[in-house]
Amino acid sequence: MNLVGFFASHRAEIFAATLAHLFLVAVSMAIAILIGVPLGMTLIRRRGLRAMALGIASVLQTIPSLALFGFLIPLPLLGGIGTRTAVIALVLYALLPILRNTVVGLTNLDPAVLEAAEAMGMTETQVLLRVRFPLGLSVVLAGIRTATVITIGVATIAAAIGAGGLGTFIFRGVAMVNDAVILAGAIPAALLALAADGLLGLLERKLRVA
Amino acid sequence: MNAKPVNHSEITIGFRGVEYCAPGHTAARVLSGITLEIRRGETVVLVGRSGSGKTTLLRLVNRLLKPSAGEILVNGRAVDSVDEIRLRRGIGYVIQEGGLFPHYTVAENVGLVPALEGWGQDRIEARVAEMMRLVGLGPGEFAGRKPRELSGGQRQRVGVARALAADPEILLMDEPFGALDPVTRAELQNEFADLARRLGKTIVFVTHDLREAMRVGSRIVMLAAGKIVADARPEEFLRLQDAEVRAFAASFAMPGEAWA
Repeated sequence: MNLVGFFASHRAEIFAATLAHLFLVAVSMAIAILIGVPLGMTLIRRRGLRAMALGIASVLQTIPSLALFGFLIPLPLLGGIGTRTAVIALVLYALLPILRNTVVGLTNLDPAVLEAAEAMGMTETQVLLRVRFPLGLSVVLAGIRTATVITIGVATIAAAIGAGGLGTFIFRGVAMVNDAVILAGAIPAALLALAADGLLGLLERKLRVA
Repeated sequence: MNAKPVNHSEITIGFRGVEYCAPGHTAARVLSGITLEIRRGETVVLVGRSGSGKTTLLRLVNRLLKPSAGEILVNGRAVDSVDEIRLRRGIGYVIQEGGLFPHYTVAENVGLVPALEGWGQDRIEARVAEMMRLVGLGPGEFAGRKPRELSGGQRQRVGVARALAADPEILLMDEPFGALDPVTRAELQNEFADLARRLGKTIVFVTHDLREAMRVGSRIVMLAAGKIVADARPEEFLRLQDAEVRAFAASFAMPGEAWA
């Protein structure tokens, strides 16, 4: 069966899988941001803890994604087959770029500006909210962008543990040795990644303070 | 600082037996045996080579650094006995290139401490305009600009306006004109010297430029290797016989030297 024909006849199914994929990514990213950004903020003034947290996040990132999904399945409470396990794995993957960029964005600032802020009698919270955050926001956002692109890709593997999404087509196509079916998953996934990268990149440039 | 304690003396800033060692380097003393009294309305210029401890001494006043030994008094009270946020809001601070907030407009930069202090919007606006005129920047033209849209000299003027906005009694300045070209620099030095006389603030000014020290200072204190080696009025300073002072003065004597 040719590609165009397959896309045409399976429109509804591809669309549903794309939505399921987006849902997986959106939920995972929301959780990863809610953990990563506040965690990064608390690490600003704690160098030792910062190295440890970034180390753990780096190790998590080196685990092959398929293996991570596999490891999670037998775990009680967290594991099992399905969406919940997939979301946990995706959050673990997204955490490093978000955490790292939050820490870097909020600390790697002009020392003269930070010194002036302190010397003017700003409290630590005021320095964080009025100086570090506005000046570091584009770097934090760059981390979120990287994490989103990674998550869209890794989420295709979530189909292997029954979480659905565009990976369903890819695994099915591989099993059937049918390129059209593989591409029905791969092309929308690639387009999603490109769109997310472009949109978030645009936002990032808007927020950058020269 | 609204609740001023009654002053029985005119001493605004006092150092008593102050020592400072960088954290982790307790063997090497950055400052030792510093005792110094700075009177109300004086402009004391701290001079010395790089690494002589002048910036460290300045930062002890607003508690950006804490001494290893000794005591620092501001208006008769030990700085470690007062809230550091309150202390700092009563002390203006100007650094090289101004340390302006790049995401704030000129007006927002200048009005920052008043805003932190909870002034009303109208009062802040009036004060910002007043301060900008004081440093020679037309509010109409400059208020809405971002720091990157200013020249180095203009940024430095904004830095001074920002430090003065909440009407602090004390002004600390760390090589404020160090990054400027010689012409702009001389202009700002002269204007600033004039401003300092009119405002009657107590000013501590760090520089390694002796000409600048002579232009703006009412008193010159020289540091060498963490100790005070000279303390004199500008007209007396060049006549001192101390070896370090002679060496320092000699480096400014010849036109065309690296200092010029």
